[in-house]
Amino acid sequence: MKVAFTSQGNSLDSQFDERFGRAMYFIIYDTDTNETKVLENMAGVESAHGAGISAAKKLVDAKVDALVTGNCGPNAFYVLSENNIKIYLSNAKTVKEAIEEFKNKKLEIASSPTKGGHWR
Amino acid sequence: MTIAIASGKGGTGKTTIATNLAIVASEKYDSVTLLDCDVEEPNSHIFINGKKIKEEVVNVRIPEVDESLCTECGACSNFCQYNAIVSLKGKPVVFKEMCHSCGGCTLVCQPKAIHEVDHRIGLINFYKSGKINLIEGLLDIGSPLSPPLIGAVKGYESKDTLNIIDAPPGTSCPVIEAIRDADYLILVTEPTPFGLNDLILAVEVSRKLNKKFSVAINRVGSGDDRVHKYCKKENIPIILEIPDDRRIAELYSNGKIILENLPEYKKCFEEVLEKIGTVIQNGQ
Ligand code: SF4
Ligand code: SF4
Repeated sequence: MKVAFTSQGNSLDSQFDERFGRAMYFIIYDTDTNETKVLENMAGVESAHGAGISAAKKLVDAKVDALVTGNCGPNAFYVLSENNIKIYLSNAKTVKEAIEEFKNKKLEIASSPTKGGHWR
Repeated sequence: MTIAIASGKGGTGKTTIATNLAIVASEKYDSVTLLDCDVEEPNSHIFINGKKIKEEVVNVRIPEVDESLCTECGACSNFCQYNAIVSLKGKPVVFKEMCHSCGGCTLVCQPKAIHEVDHRIGLINFYKSGKINLIEGLLDIGSPLSPPLIGAVKGYESKDTLNIIDAPPGTSCPVIEAIRDADYLILVTEPTPFGLNDLILAVEVSRKLNKKFSVAINRVGSGDDRVHKYCKKENIPIILEIPDDRRIAELYSNGKIILENLPEYKKCFEEVLEKIGTVIQNGQ
């Protein structure tokens, strides 16, 4: 299973990023092989509009099965859930910590978006 | 000439000031246009009490994809700066509320699989009360697209009379849309720490937009003097002070206009108009 974690840096020791669309990196962790891969999210960070949608598209394209982040707006939530990507919420400090939480099944699945969209 | 009444947050008395100003102005000018751009919760009509003469539906144009023609090339998604049309596993998906109706995706789609359809976002109501034309935008519930609706309301700004804009609260996109063409801004606030905080944000926006502006303080006497001190330090004129008078609060909650019921305040509003007129004329 491939799980994406929102991160402020490109390593496991980086700060976990509670934002989804504007997170600088996604660290993709494979629970079967224990391998990690880094996905940049520059487009999302720089886009003035729809950062959540563009980030969600990125994860769909990367074929991940789940996302661990702090917040997820309605549009991104829609894209992710339509594509069967499960969304887990965490407020861990580092990516490593969030991965541990995930492995130990400490995280809850988000059943609805966590905040309103832009223009609200 | 267009005067916009704005405030960093809701409930500071923006509508009170906009409507009273419109009434004073209607005694002085041949006609006044009051544009209620607080489209999520337009309240001016409660105070102006005009007769509704017309309504108009406001639509935006959004793309619709004909899947039988779409080759899943992704050109539309690559083009759209707003991520309003996005290829998901090849299939373009439209996010209506992100779309800025630029028409670009329709143009770049080679197989002509995209056409534009109307998407209703709200209404404009037209009221008339004596010399006041009240033009009110009313956003459909659940629609997040207030900037285009505000733009449509502003389309009815009159060229040769005085326009007063009741702007939405806050400092984000809808407010910018409402105030960006105004000749003068009145920023309404309250003499409290929260009031000051929101005022500072509103001042920043006004300065960025390069606007002439002044501050109106509502419920003077109910809080402290931080707002007064801040304005003094920043050299911002205070154009109007409305005291914390129980009678005003009562009038407001009954949907009544201050100056018709408490004539002693009428002079203050007349002075506001005069001062703004001078400022705009002198370009200072
Ligand atoms: S009309 Fe413009 S903003 Fe709307 S989806 Fe097409 S390209 Fe994007
Ligand atoms: S540009 Fe046209 S053909 Fe290409 S993906 Fe978009 S809708 Fe389909």
